[in-house]
Amino acid sequence: MDLNFSAEDIAFRDEVRAFLKDNWTDQDRKDMGNGLSMAHDMPVRWHRRLAEQGWAAPNWPLELGGCPWTPTQKYIFDIECANANCPRLISFGLNLVAPVLYTFGNKEQQDKYLPDILSAKTWWCQGYSEPGAGSDLAGLSTRAELSEDGTHYVVNGQKTWTSTARYADMIFCLVRTDPTAKIKQQGISFLLIDMKTPGITVKPISTLDGQQHVNDTFFDNVKVPVENRIGEENMGWTYAKLLLTHERTGIAGVARSKNRLEELKVAASTEPTGTGQAPLIDEPSFRAKVSQIEIDLMALEITDLRTLAGVQKGGAPGPESSILKVRGTEIQQAIAELFMDCAGYYSQPFVQDTHWGDYEGEMIGADYSTSTALQYFSTRPATVYGGSSEVQRNIISKAVLGLSKLG
Amino acid sequence: MDFNLSEEQTMLQDSVSRFIQNSYGFEDRKKYVAEDQGFSAKNWAMFAELGWLGIPFAEEHGGFGGGALETMMVMEEFGKGLVVEPYLATVVLGGGFLSKGGTAAQQEQLIPSLIEGKLQLAFAYVEPQGRFNLADLTTTATANGDGFSISGHKGVVLNGPNADKLVVTTRTAGDQRDESGITVFLVDANADGVNRRNYATIDAGQGSEVTFSNVQVSADDIIGELNNGLPLIQSVVDDGLLAICSEAVGAMEVLYKTTVEYSKQRKQFDVPIGSFQALQHRMVDMFIEHEQSKSLMFLAAMRLAEGSNDAAKAISALKVQIGKAGRYVGQQAVQLHGGMGQTEELNVGHYFKRLTMISHTFGNADFHLNRFGEL
Repeated sequence: MDLNFSAEDIAFRDEVRAFLKDNWTDQDRKDMGNGLSMAHDMPVRWHRRLAEQGWAAPNWPLELGGCPWTPTQKYIFDIECANANCPRLISFGLNLVAPVLYTFGNKEQQDKYLPDILSAKTWWCQGYSEPGAGSDLAGLSTRAELSEDGTHYVVNGQKTWTSTARYADMIFCLVRTDPTAKIKQQGISFLLIDMKTPGITVKPISTLDGQQHVNDTFFDNVKVPVENRIGEENMGWTYAKLLLTHERTGIAGVARSKNRLEELKVAASTEPTGTGQAPLIDEPSFRAKVSQIEIDLMALEITDLRTLAGVQKGGAPGPESSILKVRGTEIQQAIAELFMDCAGYYSQPFVQDTHWGDYEGEMIGADYSTSTALQYFSTRPATVYGGSSEVQRNIISKAVLGLSKLG
Repeated sequence: MDFNLSEEQTMLQDSVSRFIQNSYGFEDRKKYVAEDQGFSAKNWAMFAELGWLGIPFAEEHGGFGGGALETMMVMEEFGKGLVVEPYLATVVLGGGFLSKGGTAAQQEQLIPSLIEGKLQLAFAYVEPQGRFNLADLTTTATANGDGFSISGHKGVVLNGPNADKLVVTTRTAGDQRDESGITVFLVDANADGVNRRNYATIDAGQGSEVTFSNVQVSADDIIGELNNGLPLIQSVVDDGLLAICSEAVGAMEVLYKTTVEYSKQRKQFDVPIGSFQALQHRMVDMFIEHEQSKSLMFLAAMRLAEGSNDAAKAISALKVQIGKAGRYVGQQAVQLHGGMGQTEELNVGHYFKRLTMISHTFGNADFHLNRFGEL
């Protein structure tokens, strides 16, 4: 056991810092703004620079373009990127469909899709949830019927919460191929669908934060070549389950939360309290809340590192990785809420122009306060998407604690 | 001990409740918000016609002669519909200053037109450096010939964009945070030197940053006492606190009921999600938070109505409870509605936003916990 960085780790950290200094400029950082109201292709800009360096997909197998990094080095890389205000890469291609492709896809599929995912040439989105299939994902009803000549499927149905669907080139979908299967997890197949196929319609959904990142995606007699199916027909659930555990790890967001917490402390140290005394950060009740989050985050950071170390030894993370999703998103929400508290009255104006990094006009209230409500509202879905906190707790209860389902 | 409403009060409550049910559906509200001034002019005229704008005013001014209990009932019903008409800003706050501190001339001149729905008011009291301290004022009113000259910046002035007149807290003597030396002025919103930057607030309301540059006012524009405005301000703010907390109680009632209803309808894993005990207990807690809030609302309203020395303490207790309950009920309602709760397409998120807004208005839970302890 040793929590200190080795000399190699420190050299690696310096290498990452030097790279960031040259490749993620002050202008890029400014364009990022608060990381929410940014040009939709900001993450792609960053992805391409990382791809040139060979750092876009640290978790992939080495031979496919992964990095020979230890868990510690991956962690260092995340922390440094968060500190440099780099965008989170869009995970649908890199971290979600790619592991399915290199684990269950055939050689042709791997050759066709993986290089373009790595270089950010193609943009992917995820067709999982449906209006009637949220937490109960296996209850999905989007139907795919094989044509009589066996050359293609015809897909009909609706997917929802499809992030970035308007910009995506491809969507990976879970579809029902055998509606007569006795267990609903059986009878599901995993399809890769070109978003330009006739019959696909995307309709944006406005969320609480005033943005339209998510969409409804409709399929009306969409023809999908049979070679776009991953693995065997009716085995899609097995493949999808692997993907869900990968989705869970990225979601802890420890590096970003640490960064946000530091920003919160800075903001609170400039915030007067109306008493003429020390700033808000020194007010005992406020300080106690900041400290509590900091402690939760310290614990989560080590839990995250333990999980990463486990992955290094044994492949995909186990069900205990649900801890990362549950706690990680709770912490993100708590920080966003405390930012609102910090801004006080100036959390109340909602002026979308001022949220953008390139806004040059006069701010309303302190600079940081302008996007506090935006951040607060946009962290609320975090405990719902990617498997709600309730589902994550069910996973821990069933798969880790061995508690059987009651009633 | 009597928790029953009088016959007159019951009639008032029924009439507001009917209005919300008939005219304040989700789609109706969207249309009101989309109007130029951010609320429905037609509704406002109807409030006047029904006498609602006159509820807290004396009968000699054409009012209803109501008090804290009537305000509580109206605002609780308004909370159920998420009413966007500026009743708080114009009637409770602006009107409160006029009736509690206005001169006879101000009252005669302004209260009747307010009751008729022809006057919009806004209370300009927030300053960026002051956080929740009503006495932390850098906006100054300097004696100048017969009158005063006001300069300074007031933030997040609710109903600012629509206001004909602003009620402005200023420092006329002493140091920045002294409790004495504070004077309240009534300022024409279109006077020379008044500049408004208008915007929407998180709850689809209307706010302004207002700057005053050497705005000339006369001694006749003072509301209350020169250099001793703080007790009046505190008293009106306490009325305002009761109003927004009552609104929150109404909003929470809708949220817990909507969530319970949704959990009975929404099926996952082949059963209604309301059959899961983990979710049932959270809805039970939402219900308990609402009931506890309602109890403190009654307590605070009755203490205010009887003019008790304990009124301020009861008000702070209520705001602490609303801070805690509003947060829990709002967040859980959004969470239990899953993805749908995150969208603008469902009313749940709009109630959540209103509760979030209320939690920071007139001091958050921490501020009132501290005030409660000090009182």
